[in-house]
Amino acid sequence: MTLSAQIALQLGTLELRADLEVKPGELLALLGPNGAGKSTVLRCLAGLAPIDAGRIALDDFVLDDPSTDTFVEPEQRPIGFVFQNYLLFEHMSTLENVAFGLRARKTPKADARRIAGEWLERVGLAEYADQRPRALSGGQAQRAALARALATNPRVLLLDEPLAALDAGTRSTVRRDLRRHLETFDGMRILVTHDPVDAYALADRVAILDGGSIVQVGTLAEVTAHPRSRYVADLVGVNLVAGVVAQGVLTTDAGDHVVIADALPGPSFAVIRPHSIALVREPPVGSSARNTWRGTIAEVDRLGDRVRVGIDGRLPLTAEITVAALEALQLRPGDDVHASVKATDIEVYPA
Amino acid sequence: MSRRRRRGRRVGLPAPVLVLAVMAVVFFALPLIGLLWRAPWSNAWHYLTDDDALTALRLSLICSLWATGLSILFGVPLAWLLARVEFPGRGAVRALCTLSMVLPPVVGGVALFFALGRRGIVGQYLYRWFDFTLPFTTTGVVIAQTFVAMPFLVITVEASLRQLDLRFDDASRTLGASRWYTFRRVTMPAVRPALVAGAVLAWARALGEFGATITFAGNFPGTTQTMPLAVYLSLETNPEEAIVLALLLIAISFAVLVGLRDRWFGRTDRPMAAT
Repeated sequence: MTLSAQIALQLGTLELRADLEVKPGELLALLGPNGAGKSTVLRCLAGLAPIDAGRIALDDFVLDDPSTDTFVEPEQRPIGFVFQNYLLFEHMSTLENVAFGLRARKTPKADARRIAGEWLERVGLAEYADQRPRALSGGQAQRAALARALATNPRVLLLDEPLAALDAGTRSTVRRDLRRHLETFDGMRILVTHDPVDAYALADRVAILDGGSIVQVGTLAEVTAHPRSRYVADLVGVNLVAGVVAQGVLTTDAGDHVVIADALPGPSFAVIRPHSIALVREPPVGSSARNTWRGTIAEVDRLGDRVRVGIDGRLPLTAEITVAALEALQLRPGDDVHASVKATDIEVYPA
Repeated sequence: MSRRRRRGRRVGLPAPVLVLAVMAVVFFALPLIGLLWRAPWSNAWHYLTDDDALTALRLSLICSLWATGLSILFGVPLAWLLARVEFPGRGAVRALCTLSMVLPPVVGGVALFFALGRRGIVGQYLYRWFDFTLPFTTTGVVIAQTFVAMPFLVITVEASLRQLDLRFDDASRTLGASRWYTFRRVTMPAVRPALVAGAVLAWARALGEFGATITFAGNFPGTTQTMPLAVYLSLETNPEEAIVLALLLIAISFAVLVGLRDRWFGRTDRPMAAT
């Protein structure tokens, strides 16, 4: 069974256009900055937000298709949802929370309670069965929410920022537990997160969602090796320049030029690693570096014996130099500086 | 927890606030003391066991409970509509449905009369087709009380519904619950404290209802003469009886408010599930 979704939805100022495909047993992480539309994608899949155009289907079972007026109500979709902050019902015991979905589907009360009890056992919360959810810690509440979503035996599980509500101290433990529990579920799983560590620890593939569009899909290693969005570039800590390559030069939309070594003509991305950027006070004369950009130092961050220097200019860049170099050059925020890079140090790949 | 306990202590309370608060308490206590002071204690039992008084009391309790029930039955869906559904003119509808809170009850009674009376816009058909008359009947009392009492329930429940996190409903739907099941098992339990508070307010308003009742339903012992009407009328003929009946009314209301406070209102200062 495969979940395929082509989502188009206008929501306020966000224009969501996301195509997704999740294969059987796969865990896909939707990674992106806040406001990128990650949660909205999950809401569309769950039927909580009908799409304007496109199609959502589980194999041949069409869940949402405005062109044929098809819309399956959320309660009829075989989809479990673990919400951010878990949203356990406070007026019920933990056991009743887990049994809720079964009761709603008309499972007899005794059976529902027995199955819910088994689920609590499985996630290690048997002793909290009769407690109200407020008695649970963040990690326990997450497991209860997971048990509640899985108790109805869904074929797709959606998790919206399952670790965001936890403090840093417990997060890694809970992440490990979550990974273990997610591995026992053999359906499709989609996890929304803004933390690449979650994606790295839990997901088979990641889809990068930025500004309402999916800009990149692949394993985390593939995605970070060749960033295709400012978001991923920032995540990895490299400078990303988008433009069109012609005759050994990449020209950006703003008209800036980056001289590159050998690359195929056409729309491309160029990655400039911060450590390959050299900073000088005066315009270099007779340098082998084919690229020199003028800029102003915006910030200076010391990281151990290295220093990351943010440069504002026509082409904003981040350079990485040594502490010794920083002290020799006496660089301070506000100073004018020239950044130069050899063409052979720039990695270029087609957009 | 500890912060709440500290807030209750008098330590740190600004003196002017304390003085004004105490004055407010005195303001509410004085009339009660006045009644107690003038009460004919030796004859009290006689007045209380008087047939007319008991009849009025029974009628008051029955009618106010019916009015509370009707307020819940229609008021909760109305509150839900006003809180959850966006439709043009929602503000106007809300104003219309809570108008009777600010209207002089007598005006409400007159309006009800012209709507449901034998010559009223709807009442004439009720009479002509079903031989059914509302004014000057016990049902009329219930209608008049419901008319003035329901808004109290509606605004209380509506406010609570507005505070509720809608994502709880979403969570319920994704677990396989229909809208109706969600309404019964998720939405309603979450607003239960507000529902109880609103129902108590509505009941108190119905119990004390005077103007609309006497205008729309009249003052017939046994069918439409409720306690407030009996108190008012006996004030003319027998002030001592009026005082005793008034005290009885106060005692009942007081007991209910105190009893419910501990059981229900105490829970509302705990953060609710959805806030």
